[in-house]
Amino acid sequence: MFKNLKITCDQATTICDKNQYGEATIADKLKLMLHFLSCKICSLYTKQNNTLTKIYKSHSKSCKKSIPCLSEEEKMAFKISLQEKKG
Amino acid sequence: MAEEQIVLNTDKWIDNYADYMFNYAVVRVNNSDLAKDLVQDTFFAGLKSAKNFQGKSTERTWLISILKRKIIDHYRKINSIKGQAEVRMNFYNDGENEGNWLEERVPQSWDNQSEKAIENEELKSQIETCIDALPEKYAMVFRMKTIQEFETEEICKELDITSSNLWVIIHRARTQLRKCMEDNWFNI
Repeated sequence: MFKNLKITCDQATTICDKNQYGEATIADKLKLMLHFLSCKICSLYTKQNNTLTKIYKSHSKSCKKSIPCLSEEEKMAFKISLQEKKG
Repeated sequence: MAEEQIVLNTDKWIDNYADYMFNYAVVRVNNSDLAKDLVQDTFFAGLKSAKNFQGKSTERTWLISILKRKIIDHYRKINSIKGQAEVRMNFYNDGENEGNWLEERVPQSWDNQSEKAIENEELKSQIETCIDALPEKYAMVFRMKTIQEFETEEICKELDITSSNLWVIIHRARTQLRKCMEDNWFNI
């Protein structure tokens, strides 16, 4: 049974990444917890990953605040090229 | 009651849809020039296939479906470019150590972690630099999932990839970004 729960660091960090988006399954989380018992490196990765997630979330908020638009000149250029295509 | 047939009005396309379509494209490809090209190509393609428009959807929905196809084509193009910068491996990929951390890629402790995590312009700029250093397809998927916060299912549908493919990309992108932030922000 425990053999099925044993995972590599690559798999553990993949689960950890998935978990940052709340998309790891309960079975995945159990495997991750068991992996942490014997792997300090992946525990550190997870701790740092949590910090990075907070940073990315706040970066995401500020990115979403700015809504990119086309300038009037760019729209005019679009109109001209579309007219040319129409012939 | 007969359904109202929608007719294309190509003279109004730019005024009515250009901003919406540009916004749609730029949040996905994160490149303003590329987004403009994709939108322009979409209008041209729309014009070319206008005779195939059956009037069953709105003009905007129809144009967006063309734009979506253009975005998938772009993703496939960047996915197939040979010789592009790949993400560096972080784990042994064969032998008895398969799946274990490569020694030179093992995470190091960060100095003043909480202090360095405080939001400021410099930090934002460093995040952008690290994302831009990723191979384009990794950056695109990472941005859609993490910065634009799209649902996994939506990204898979829009880029025509499987969810396991998406998680491999996210995992590789995040491990690479962690290392980049460690070397250029947390431990400098």
